[in-house]
Amino acid sequence: MIIETSTKRKTYYEELSEKGYSRRDFMKFCTMIAAYMGLQSSGVAQVAEALKTKPRLPVIWMHFQECTCCSESFIRSSHPIVADIILDKLSLDYTETLMAAAGHQAEEAMHKTMKEHYGEYVLCVEGSVPLGADGVYCMIGGKSSLDILHEVADGAKAIICWGSCASNGCVQAAKPNPTTATPIHKIIKNKPIIKVPGCPPIGEVMAGTIVHILTFGTLPALDSIGRPKAFYSKRVHDSCYRRPYYDAGLYVESFDDENAKRGYCLYKVGCKGPSTYNACGVMRWNNGVSFPIQSGHGCFGCSEESFWDNGPLYQRLPNIAGFGIEATADTVGKVALGVTAAGIAAHAVVTNLRKGKMIDNLISEGKESEQQLKED
Amino acid sequence: MTRIVVDPITRIEGHLRIEAEINNGKITDAFSSGTMVRLIEEILRGRDPRDAWAFVGRVCGVCTTVHSLASIRAVEDALDITIPPNAELVRNLMFCAQNVQDHVIHFYHLHALDWVDVVSALKADPKKTSEIAQSISHWPKSSPGYFSDLQKRLTKFVESGQLGIFANGYWGHPAYKLPAEINLIGVAHYLEALEWQKEIAKVHTIFGGKNPHPNFLVGGMACSISLDDASGINAERLAYVGKLLKDAQQFVEQVYIPDLLAIAPYYLDWGAIGGGLGNFMAYGDLSTSGYRDVGNYKFPSGVILNKDLSKIHEVDLRNDSEVEEYITNSWYEYAGGDGVGLHPWKGETKLKYTGPKPPFDFLNTEDKYSYLKTPRWKGHAMEVGPLARMLVGYASGRPEFKEVVDYALSALNVPATALFSTLGRTAARGLEAKLVAGWGLEFYDQLINNIKNGDTRMANTEKFKPETWPKKAMGVGHTEAPRGALAHWIVIEDQKIANYQLVVPSTWNASPRDKEGKPSAYEAALKDTPVHDVNQPLEILRTIHSFDPCLACAVHLYDEEGKHINKVKVL
Repeated sequence: MIIETSTKRKTYYEELSEKGYSRRDFMKFCTMIAAYMGLQSSGVAQVAEALKTKPRLPVIWMHFQECTCCSESFIRSSHPIVADIILDKLSLDYTETLMAAAGHQAEEAMHKTMKEHYGEYVLCVEGSVPLGADGVYCMIGGKSSLDILHEVADGAKAIICWGSCASNGCVQAAKPNPTTATPIHKIIKNKPIIKVPGCPPIGEVMAGTIVHILTFGTLPALDSIGRPKAFYSKRVHDSCYRRPYYDAGLYVESFDDENAKRGYCLYKVGCKGPSTYNACGVMRWNNGVSFPIQSGHGCFGCSEESFWDNGPLYQRLPNIAGFGIEATADTVGKVALGVTAAGIAAHAVVTNLRKGKMIDNLISEGKESEQQLKED
Repeated sequence: MTRIVVDPITRIEGHLRIEAEINNGKITDAFSSGTMVRLIEEILRGRDPRDAWAFVGRVCGVCTTVHSLASIRAVEDALDITIPPNAELVRNLMFCAQNVQDHVIHFYHLHALDWVDVVSALKADPKKTSEIAQSISHWPKSSPGYFSDLQKRLTKFVESGQLGIFANGYWGHPAYKLPAEINLIGVAHYLEALEWQKEIAKVHTIFGGKNPHPNFLVGGMACSISLDDASGINAERLAYVGKLLKDAQQFVEQVYIPDLLAIAPYYLDWGAIGGGLGNFMAYGDLSTSGYRDVGNYKFPSGVILNKDLSKIHEVDLRNDSEVEEYITNSWYEYAGGDGVGLHPWKGETKLKYTGPKPPFDFLNTEDKYSYLKTPRWKGHAMEVGPLARMLVGYASGRPEFKEVVDYALSALNVPATALFSTLGRTAARGLEAKLVAGWGLEFYDQLINNIKNGDTRMANTEKFKPETWPKKAMGVGHTEAPRGALAHWIVIEDQKIANYQLVVPSTWNASPRDKEGKPSAYEAALKDTPVHDVNQPLEILRTIHSFDPCLACAVHLYDEEGKHINKVKVL
């Protein structure tokens, strides 16, 4: 699918140089984005070329049943140019959250984009849409969010669902889902849809997804449930720096115990890393500062479908067949999603005890050496 | 008569709508309505109380952390769990980071454009701008070259015809009073604040793994202190936090406060507009000797009635005749009928929408008109937020509060009565950020000291397992969110949540009228606000924004025939 815009506007590179960024800054940004997208180094040139020559892509960003954590995550993107590219100059023709007061002008801007770029603009959606009671549980300007979604999706080339709300309903869709909060793909069936789940998604993942579209004029490669493969093809468990402890059977037994202080695996205190597909272990959060596991709390799977109903946060994941390290989202995704903790026997951890003993020994040897040094 | 419709923000920060009437250039009546609901209270029923913090954290991603904090405190209160001092300090540090970040973002990105004319900045003299900047602050980015470069970029930006987020503002409106040079400083700091806010959020990432929505834990915090491990809270992590806090204090002291004091003198007439109720309430927070020791909070708790600063009334969140929620004008039903007020422990959340079927132009404000319930304290409507906190601190005679408030009053040469206004509310937020940034560093030093003294405890897990709990338990947890007093009430039965109720700042401030027809804070503050031009209701944005509504609101203007003449998006 090729996305082109018909209007003659400045290219990204022209815009950036006018904003005072050097060519070096520009290349640094392209390199970073290429890396995010999992491209080989040859991809950097493609990114740079695309950003130098492509005209702007019109984007409309809507808010429905949400908490705005996705927008907030977005403005935490680590690279300053990310904010520039996406927030203000280069693509956002309409966003209720970010544009200055301009009611009927804002409305006009949206309708102008919808008309002039019919079939060309990208629609970003933050939030789910409540279908209960004829849509009265979310109304904006006296209209139901359902009517607004249909209206604005009509001329969209593609739809990006930011976060778990738009991708799978998130917290308001948790049982009993009193407002019938519904993800976008269950309402709009005739458009290409990209899901970028997470509560919120990592800011750079959001930026990377958009930049892929800008760069290549195509949607990124998606997995079987519509998520960009670049960010959602690995389990948190498989890119976790604490993984060796899991394999060795060294676990935190309760929060803040001695094993927690040693940074052991959080599986027994409820970590959902083994059933969660996301880039947290690789990219980490807020410019790579940390991620939940690094800060001592298990992953609770916020990018997975119906994660709020997949058993209590602190309950150990039950054993699920097909959970080898080689399993991919495509084969495991659907199995994992159907699992609830209820009624499943606690799973006996298969461990490499010898490895566990070895690591334990190494640690105690280290402590002995340290003691030795002090005594010397 | 012109009818105005403001359409923002959920219960906490989503979609809120305000309908108001304008007569002879002034607002004579206003109605506030929440138009989005998710019913998180109902979703929580029957779940594990230890998980509640994660669910309610998702109430708001802007003031992320505050609901999680209130929630774990409610559970700890119910189960009688005392947390280690370090966990208390880490929670305080996260509170301070959140408060300062939220206030700076609010001032620059949500409120400043009501006062700062971006287009006027194009006419500024960079040399003069630099002189003004250097006369009010030591902030290093202040050379003529810096402002001249910025102005060139801004000029190109405007000439491109693509104003991005600055598009279609009310630039040139006569209510903008700042000299071009101060407008240019405002624009420069708008952009600098956008960069800075990403940094202070990292305090949450270090202790809670991510931002927005960092992780919390019933019984303490999950981030173990571990000086001998690369993945724990170690010397490197602590030094990082210290640097972030120091940078935050510098930003507040050298950018935010000087800007506030440079802008305010041009808008002193706003010291007599938008005052509203005159009743203020704070629950207090930031303990120095344990959350249960209310007397030792940095933010004292208390109620002020009718602007009377000589008397502080005590607040008791457990007393079932103090905080009560009414639904006379809300789309809910109570088993006991519409006239009763319920204490949150006995609270009911049963939806019953009786408003017009969308699409509609107006709500029927004679009847139920909002998804927000109407909370009252002993029957009184209350304003909560930074202004309430600063006034309660001031009226309690706390030296730190007196010092910053008196400093601002004398710098602006205005009487104390100017605090009860749109300007006072905006100034109080800045003064609070100044206090909180300083307190953050105090808590940081205490944390380091504790660790030095050998105390590395971060969680108390004695009662983490449900089998240790009583058959029935009730708790309340409170905090001071950036936008005001916040409390969660929980009832736990058979190890599960039997009832959960949140009464949040926006519920106090933005709720509909009560059964006696008395307005809440927004409705009261909008009354008598002047509106120079109904097509550009900048003044409404000023008063509404002074309360810090998190998100875009849409204001619709109608003429007498109800013909739609304008719609305003409020940031």
